[in-house]
Amino acid sequence: MSEFLQFVFLGLGKGAVYASLALALVIVFRTTGVVNFAQGQMALFSTYLTWTLWDNGLPVVLALVISMVISFVGGAAIERFFVRPVGGAHDNPLAVVIVTIGLYLTFGALALWLWGTNAKTFEPLFGTGAVKIVGASIDYQTIGSLVVLAVEVVLLWLLLQRTKIGLGMRAVASNTEAAALVGVPVGRMLMIGWGLAAAIGAVAGTLAIDTALSGELMLVPLIYAFAAATLGGFDSPLGAVVGGLIVGLTAELSAAYIDAIGQDLRMLPAFVLIIAVLLIRPQGLFGRTTVSRV
Amino acid sequence: MSATTENSGDPIADLLPTFAMPLTPRWNVFGRSVSPVPLKAGITFLLIVAALQIPQQLGKSDVNLFSEVLCLAIAAMGVNLLTGFNGQISVGHGAFYGIGAYTSFLLVADHEWSFPMAALAAAVVSFVVGLLVGLPALRIKGLYLAIVTLALAALFPQIVIRFADVTGGTSGMQITKQETPTVYDFNRPPSDSGLQPDQWRFYVIFVVAMVCLLLVRNLVRSRVGRALVATRDNETAAEVVGVALARYKVLTFGISAMLAGIGGAMQVFLNGSVNPSQFGIDLSITILVAVVVGGAATIVGPLVGAFFIEMLPTWLPTDTPQASPVLFGLSLVLLMRVAPGGVVGLARRTWSRLSPKINGPRPGGAPPPMPDDAVTA
Repeated sequence: MSEFLQFVFLGLGKGAVYASLALALVIVFRTTGVVNFAQGQMALFSTYLTWTLWDNGLPVVLALVISMVISFVGGAAIERFFVRPVGGAHDNPLAVVIVTIGLYLTFGALALWLWGTNAKTFEPLFGTGAVKIVGASIDYQTIGSLVVLAVEVVLLWLLLQRTKIGLGMRAVASNTEAAALVGVPVGRMLMIGWGLAAAIGAVAGTLAIDTALSGELMLVPLIYAFAAATLGGFDSPLGAVVGGLIVGLTAELSAAYIDAIGQDLRMLPAFVLIIAVLLIRPQGLFGRTTVSRV
Repeated sequence: MSATTENSGDPIADLLPTFAMPLTPRWNVFGRSVSPVPLKAGITFLLIVAALQIPQQLGKSDVNLFSEVLCLAIAAMGVNLLTGFNGQISVGHGAFYGIGAYTSFLLVADHEWSFPMAALAAAVVSFVVGLLVGLPALRIKGLYLAIVTLALAALFPQIVIRFADVTGGTSGMQITKQETPTVYDFNRPPSDSGLQPDQWRFYVIFVVAMVCLLLVRNLVRSRVGRALVATRDNETAAEVVGVALARYKVLTFGISAMLAGIGGAMQVFLNGSVNPSQFGIDLSITILVAVVVGGAATIVGPLVGAFFIEMLPTWLPTDTPQASPVLFGLSLVLLMRVAPGGVVGLARRTWSRLSPKINGPRPGGAPPPMPDDAVTA
């Protein structure tokens, strides 16, 4: 029992990271209809920024906040200068995929160039301690990640449902042309969407840190975050969180209890989940079905 | 220009005006209207002669580099067929490349098959796996398909590592001199040919690549090809005019996977080794990028793109090697703005600007047609 609980805690900890990154993916998709393959590497870059600030003596929380602000501005700029000129994701999905893949390569290479291949020591955000519950231990980092995730969701919900900016973002997401006609500054909303996603990604990257920071930090989480977003529904922030936790649990429990999967085939649950969801319930658990006229 | 394919019995050519255009419009060479057939044949001939000179003129490492280009190009032809012509975005063909590589390697190394038979088997296996992946892909569209295939690309190396007792696991496998002669000689030139191994390998891979290119070219220019393009541009319309969507899409997935598998087999022929780290997300991305850089939905695009991708690192300044992948990523981002049609698209655009008038002025000042057939436009 305690062993099972241990894996559940482990899964929740990982799931919180996937959920956080999935949240970023969902924000971008909701506002711009783009699936951002670069989200993981952008988060990696932000995390390196956080590390640099922290390494220069700033308290880690302050470093994270500054990095989030920089990421927000950077994300908005990327939308404005790189993504928007290519055109809508619906008209030319290939061009959008290529642009985000280009960004994926750019940020990965840039991080490698600026910070090298050696792993950087970076303490987990909430320390290395743990609490014992029924014989299993749950890391401070896991508890902290879940709390951060909850705060993120609440703030995001408040932003989207209770502010004028949120209203504008929702308007743009549901009907860009109509939103433009009633005077919503569409471009600004798209930039805010990308900026928010980049800032959330910065948090996700910092949460993902176990003991050290290296270039591979976000490669695996990106695939799981895709699985999470698909499961929860690509247009639902709540879905991303629930999806992330489910994916985290599934991955850890299947690795622990299904011998055929084990430690080697960890990508299999994510792959199966993505395919199964897209085939059985393409809109995901919380997503809205889209009806299109032909 | 009047339609030449009136009531040809081909439903798409009859109904869609774009595809009812003559399939070989005349080229515009500095203002003169010229039949493209002899011109194209001449250019192709010269290019092939030039390519056959590569092993004679260049050093060993350069010849091998060109062989790498061809392996990548074969796989890119497959992705081009699927993504460029049929609109199914794949970021996962590295997996099929790997399947082809491992199938041919294991058959040669462990079962002492001759390489041609092993390569054929690799093509069949990757074709079948491609069909299997293509089935669920029928219901998964656009960006979602890109996600699924990306996950597939991430999964493949893990499968290889999981079955380490067959595949050699993380450290991969290599054919060495200690192997039996039948195995060790699988990619050595015949003793009476007088060729060096690198020359022999280039020639073999070149022939295979040209056969694949012809296959794709003929496929794309047939009614199947028009069905693929129609499906990409408007699935509903294509289905209405009688395209059997499911059959065509699954078959395209299979053929494109097969081409990727052949590319992988040729890579084994070139290197005599396999390693799971070669066949991950990076390879899948490289293949897709080769298609786009060269020019998606053009016949020679994948070849051109593969050439640029393999050669670019050797052209960039080497004093800060870390900067070149950054430049590469950025230029990819900018490419979609500057030349969404890739190198081939850019060349066509430049060409039609340099020689503006064709067949007299067109009504309404419409731009002159691209100097290639309507299908690939």
